Amino acid sequence: MMVRTEALTEIARHRADALVVAVYSSAFEWLDISPHPLNFLAVGAMGQASSSALGFAIGMPKKPIMVLDGDGSLLMNLGTLVTIANEAPDNLTHFVGENGCYEANGEHPTPGSGKVSFAGFARAAGYKTVMEFNDIETLRRDLPAFLASPGPRFASLRIQPNSVKRELDYSLVHGDAARKRFSDGLAADMAQQAR
Amino acid sequence: MDDHKQVPRLSGTAIIAALKSAAISTVVALPDITTSHGLLWPLSRQNELRLVRVCKEDEGISICSALAYCNHRSVMLMQQTGLFDSLNAVRGIAVEYKQPVVMLVGLLGKEGGVPPDESKKYSVRTVQPILRAMEVDHICLESDEDVPGMIAAINRAYEISRPVVILFGGKIQS
Repeated sequence: MMVRTEALTEIARHRADALVVAVYSSAFEWLDISPHPLNFLAVGAMGQASSSALGFAIGMPKKPIMVLDGDGSLLMNLGTLVTIANEAPDNLTHFVGENGCYEANGEHPTPGSGKVSFAGFARAAGYKTVMEFNDIETLRRDLPAFLASPGPRFASLRIQPNSVKRELDYSLVHGDAARKRFSDGLAADMAQQAR
Repeated sequence: MDDHKQVPRLSGTAIIAALKSAAISTVVALPDITTSHGLLWPLSRQNELRLVRVCKEDEGISICSALAYCNHRSVMLMQQTGLFDSLNAVRGIAVEYKQPVVMLVGLLGKEGGVPPDESKKYSVRTVQPILRAMEVDHICLESDEDVPGMIAAINRAYEISRPVVILFGGKIQS
C-alpha cells in the first residue's frame, strides 16, 4: 500500500501541462502538491469526476487529461468506465485511489472493499491500458511507461486508508474563486495553444 | 371532453436544423422512446454533430459542462425519468456552478397538445414544478412552430451561463 501524498507526488512529477480533475481528499492534497491553473476540482456531484474528464478529453483532444478518482466515487458512476472506453479518448488517464472507504464521509467501508477489482472493471469495460500499483517503488518505476501507453488508460493505486487527516474547506476546491481561477487558466491555455 | 385533439407535429428534422443553427457540436444522449425514431436515430446517421452515448444521464450533465469550459456547445438528450435521476448533478454542476448545460427532455406519457402541468400523469405534471423549484429555466416545444424558441433558449443559456431544459411536448416525428 501507498501513502496517497507519495503517490500523488509521483504523478505530479509526470504531469507536464495536463489538465487534472481530482476529488475529495485527493483534491486537497493535489492543491498542495501540484498547484496549477488547470486543476479542476469542482466536480459538483460525487462520482462525476471521470465524466467531467471525458468532457474535457473530447473538448481538447490534444490536451493530456488526468483524473484522480476515488473508489467510493467511482462506485457511484461505474457506467462511466463503459462510456469512456466506448469513446476511447487517447488523451485520458484515469487513476483511482483505492483506500476501501469513504474517507471524507466518516471512513465507512465501501461496499465490496477488498473484494472487487477496479482494474478488472476497467479492463472488462475496454480501457486500452490497465495497471495496478500496490507500492510506491513500482509506481515510480512504471509510471512513465504507463503514461506513454495507449489511452484511455486506467490505474488503480492501493492507498492506505486515512492517509492524511485534515480539515476540508470545500470552498477551496469548488467555490466561485476556484472555478474562476480554473476557467481563466483554461482560457489562457487554449489561447496559447491556438497561437 | 374531446380526447381526440389534433396533435401538433414536432419533427426531428426541424430540431436537428435548430441544433446546428445554435452552433451545437455535440449531442450526448440516452435513448427515449419519444425521441428515438424521429431524433436520436437520425442523429446517429449523420456526422455533422458528434453523438456521445452515455450509460446514465448524470454523466451527460458533467460532459456537457466540461465541453462548455472548452467553448464547445452541446446538449444532453434524455427522457424525463433520466432528468429525475440526474437532479443532483443538475443541482451541483449546472445550477450551483452556473454552467450552460442544455437538456433536451422527452416527456414519456405526455398527452399530445396538453400542457405538461395539466397532464393526468404524475411523471409528467411534476416535471415543471420541480424545474421551477430548482430555478432552472425551461420551455416546452409542442410543434415545429415552437422550434425557433429552442434556438433562442440555447443561445441565452450560453450568453448568461445558466442551464436550460427544453421539454418536447410530443413524440418527435422524422
